[in-house]
Amino acid sequence: MDLSMRWLKDYVDVDLPPRAFCEGMTMSGSKVEGYEMEGAEISNVVVGQVLEMERHPDSDHLWVCKVDVGGEAPIQIITGAQNVHVGDYVPAALHNSTLPGGVKIKKGKLRGLESNGMLCSLGELGLTKHDFPYAIEDGIFILGEDCTLVPGTPICPAIGLDDMKVEFEITSNRPDCLSIIGLAREAAATFDRPLKVEAPVVKGCGGDIHDYLSVEVLNGELCQRYMAGVVKNVKIGPSPRWMRERLRACGVRPISNIVDITNYVMLEYGQPMHAFDLENVRDHKIIVRNAKEGETIVTLDDVERKLSPEMLVIGDSTAPSAIAGVMGSEMSGINDNTHTIVFESACFKGSSVRLTAKKVGLRTEASARYEKGLDPNTCPIALARACQLVEQLGIGEVVGGVIDVNNNTKEPVKIPLDAGWMNRFLGIDIPESQMVEILRKLEIPVENGMVIAPSFRADLESKADVAEEIARIYGYNNIPTTSLTGLAEGSYTPRQQFDRKIHSTLLALGLSEIITYSFISPRLYDKILMPADSPLRNSVTIRNPLGEDTSIMRTTALPSMLDILARNYNNRNPQARLYEIATEYLPTQPDQLPVEKPDVVLGMYGKEEDFFTLKGAVENLLSQLGVSGCEYVPCKDEPAYHPGRCAKLVLNGKEVGILGEIHPQAASNFGIDTRVYVAQLDGDALFEAHSTEKKYHPLPKFPASTRDVAVTCDEELPVAEIEKVIRANTGRLLEKLELFDVYRGSQIPQGKKSVAYSLVLRAADRTLTVEECDRMMNNIFSGLESIGGEIRK
Amino acid sequence: MKSALEAIRAAAHEQLQNTADLKDLEEIRIKFLGKKGELTAILKQMGKLTPEERPVMGQLANEVRAFIEEELATRQKALQEAATKEKLRQETLDVTMPGKTRSLGHKHPLTLVLDEVKEIFIGMGFDIVQGPEVELDYYNFEALNLPKDHPARDTQDTFYITDNILLRTQTSPMQVRTMEQRKPPLRIIAPGRVYRSDAVDATHSPVFHQIEGLVVDKGITMADLKGCLEAIVKRLYGQDAVVRFRPHHFPFTEPSAEVDIQCFGCHGEGCRLCKGEGWIEILGCGMVHPKVLSNCGIDPEVYSGFAFGIGLERLVMGRYSIDDLRLFYENDLRFLEQF
Repeated sequence: MDLSMRWLKDYVDVDLPPRAFCEGMTMSGSKVEGYEMEGAEISNVVVGQVLEMERHPDSDHLWVCKVDVGGEAPIQIITGAQNVHVGDYVPAALHNSTLPGGVKIKKGKLRGLESNGMLCSLGELGLTKHDFPYAIEDGIFILGEDCTLVPGTPICPAIGLDDMKVEFEITSNRPDCLSIIGLAREAAATFDRPLKVEAPVVKGCGGDIHDYLSVEVLNGELCQRYMAGVVKNVKIGPSPRWMRERLRACGVRPISNIVDITNYVMLEYGQPMHAFDLENVRDHKIIVRNAKEGETIVTLDDVERKLSPEMLVIGDSTAPSAIAGVMGSEMSGINDNTHTIVFESACFKGSSVRLTAKKVGLRTEASARYEKGLDPNTCPIALARACQLVEQLGIGEVVGGVIDVNNNTKEPVKIPLDAGWMNRFLGIDIPESQMVEILRKLEIPVENGMVIAPSFRADLESKADVAEEIARIYGYNNIPTTSLTGLAEGSYTPRQQFDRKIHSTLLALGLSEIITYSFISPRLYDKILMPADSPLRNSVTIRNPLGEDTSIMRTTALPSMLDILARNYNNRNPQARLYEIATEYLPTQPDQLPVEKPDVVLGMYGKEEDFFTLKGAVENLLSQLGVSGCEYVPCKDEPAYHPGRCAKLVLNGKEVGILGEIHPQAASNFGIDTRVYVAQLDGDALFEAHSTEKKYHPLPKFPASTRDVAVTCDEELPVAEIEKVIRANTGRLLEKLELFDVYRGSQIPQGKKSVAYSLVLRAADRTLTVEECDRMMNNIFSGLESIGGEIRK
Repeated sequence: MKSALEAIRAAAHEQLQNTADLKDLEEIRIKFLGKKGELTAILKQMGKLTPEERPVMGQLANEVRAFIEEELATRQKALQEAATKEKLRQETLDVTMPGKTRSLGHKHPLTLVLDEVKEIFIGMGFDIVQGPEVELDYYNFEALNLPKDHPARDTQDTFYITDNILLRTQTSPMQVRTMEQRKPPLRIIAPGRVYRSDAVDATHSPVFHQIEGLVVDKGITMADLKGCLEAIVKRLYGQDAVVRFRPHHFPFTEPSAEVDIQCFGCHGEGCRLCKGEGWIEILGCGMVHPKVLSNCGIDPEVYSGFAFGIGLERLVMGRYSIDDLRLFYENDLRFLEQF
């Protein structure tokens, strides 16, 4: 909402510096977004009178003018415009003047003759024909009688371009503040000045409106009040300058007097008004009804719009002439031949206007006010104001009487004023009389201990609402600050501690954390080679996404990680070790919330990375988390992964993760042409399996025996099988098992490999004998032979 | 014999002084004090002396032995020290050469600051709760005093899954979920992702993070809200931060406020950083609306409370002077490694 300070001063005396005014209003709840002096960019431009004109000797279009600019002698200005005549008053930009858009004017020579400035057009002053309808746009602005015609007067005050505009951010609960009077009321309460609002008075020309017009409201729920007034012998023309400039300062384009009056009243009282030609109302009967199926309307902006039955329209027995509260039709509009008009001042249900405006895709100044819920009691005042302005401007005769179909049955809300509660709730200590006084300033009466919410304040429903009124005028910053009392213990839950452990471990392992969007493009499933029939393709889908790229909630965080790895790779970061605790969204039943499942994703590339650095990080992580007993089972059929370099993580027979090199095709789909390694671990499953318990084992008292075993076996035999044999035959006596060599090549047959382990054997309660160790080793040897191994001695 | 002893003493002394090598010291010791050494040889002749001479010569011989041993030790110590010194000199490193580091990971700046915020609240007795991002309309709007036809409920901003399911537009549904599950006294924060239908640019993202806070107990006042939030803002922005509470409107709090801090760039005068306003908005808050308390089965006549919501991205951007929100979600290592 843009406020004209000049207009505001009609209703409340505020003579504060702009900054102090804005600060005060902001702190009492009407937030100022900014303020601006009109014409602030214009300097050193004055009213000039053209005294003499002659043709430039070297030009067939330039004029050499002698212009009185209020100085001792006239100055010479050359202009190329053809609409200037001797005696005209014009805006004259003097030497070293500035114009909107940072334009600077200096004296200079035009074809050899000196020009000491420039005569200005409307556009050069930042104005349009709407501001001065009598001026032309492609010539010099010839000032009219409504300007100060004294040479030397600075141009801005001379043409009324010197109002201050203040831009407010009005919250949705205060539609009453979308008006000059509403803001004046706030300003009066804020700065403790009297509010000077008088009820408009209409003289009228006699007659009875019912002879001209009838109104029938068919839907009283959506149309809470419909009022109409009739003005005859209307003289359509431009409105006076004061009205035009106030509209302009509030950001509304002046059009013609009747239309301008409707906008003026809307800005002043916050009540949208509509004016239409009585001749366009068939049978002179207005019917307020729901639209019919298939009905259309061409709105004032020349667009044909489809209507549907839940929408309310203003019409007659044949066609709709306006979408209620949104916009009128082209047919009903005012034109130069209009001689009898109807002013509509009505109140429509906010939610209906909001949905209608949204559905037809048209949000207007009127709908923006209606949708927040307006006060039906403003309708008669606004209608009277419009008629008063008609009489004041002398542009028509107001027919006696009004039509008022009032379906409003709302009783005023009454809220007890409990001063004790109020003080306790706000943490202040002020007497009840001060509360009453604050409310009085806001025009909220208190009678017999009851706060009576005015009808323009539909937001006041409970005592907390009254508390806010008192608090904001008392001043939020005058409320003391106190500390919370009472003991309270805050702590991290086990799950939160678990997550913190994941972060700290992965950070220590050199992985950096990433945070990615939770929604992705369905095409990313193709990129990770997800089979067409995979259940993971069934995603939670956003009905109104910004675009396809962010249209579904991911069921796997793998593409997010690959996307970030690709970005880093393409930004030429030579290596990357990343992780994310990413949420995945798995649909359940329609109309049920999905399962939100945390996935711990690790991703790496770079010359130091391979499958085993990734696996090492996973092992480190699991060990720190206290998750033991995981098996790594080769996995050849996960499409996103390299079939020979991928393992599933299995814990107690349940799959809890996957890790491996990304399939080169998938990597390439993301634009990565290097090897990429990713692990995805099920956060919930790991949490279930984890343990924070630490167990102390006494340091060994007896010596250990170290033995090596080397075995030649089939290339395909996983070393995990060899380890199983070793562990099975040593049990708790095996303190440490280390794979120290895997060899292929000469001395080893094709298709075979040699695997060498070092074992540390120790008993806690005695020194192992050579015989014991030998026995165990022999058992290992025969065990390995039974799975096809050949012991190398 | 006496002169022979004196000669030994002199010879030993001279040889020791001229020795520069630890290995030579051992030879000298053997030469003079060894079983076949010169002193031993002399002592073997003691038998030839008269009984009167014997103790005198014996004492002298002992003196000479003691002298040589002491000299040996002194010399050995000196040479060892010199040798150590020389060894250390040779081992001198250019300590200005770079260290051998292990690369550590970097926490995402959003997590970094969020962890700090969590610590502050844990210290003030708050618990941390989490809830669903794909949320029921009821929790996101309806229970928060935003019925279906409420004007503040601009559907343009909300991503919908179905008529009743949406991506939460705020962390405030966690107020309701918490109050349904636990009974007062309550002190919780609920950090998490929220979603709004904003196209991506330097200051907007369809995904961002909020930290919701809720305190409910008997006798909670607006002065408590001010005291608690001012303390938190000062912990986050420094003790000299200037804070103001400005009236605002949220459907689920009443009275409501936005909290601004005075711009660090201009101290309230207005500059580019604060877009000329002199103040920077950092959070929204208010006393929990009685309807919200009732919706959650808490009697507003008995209990009161306050709630607040902090935008994490804005907090982090202010903290590190980051001017483009997109950097958080691009995750370029050159960005992440700065934190």
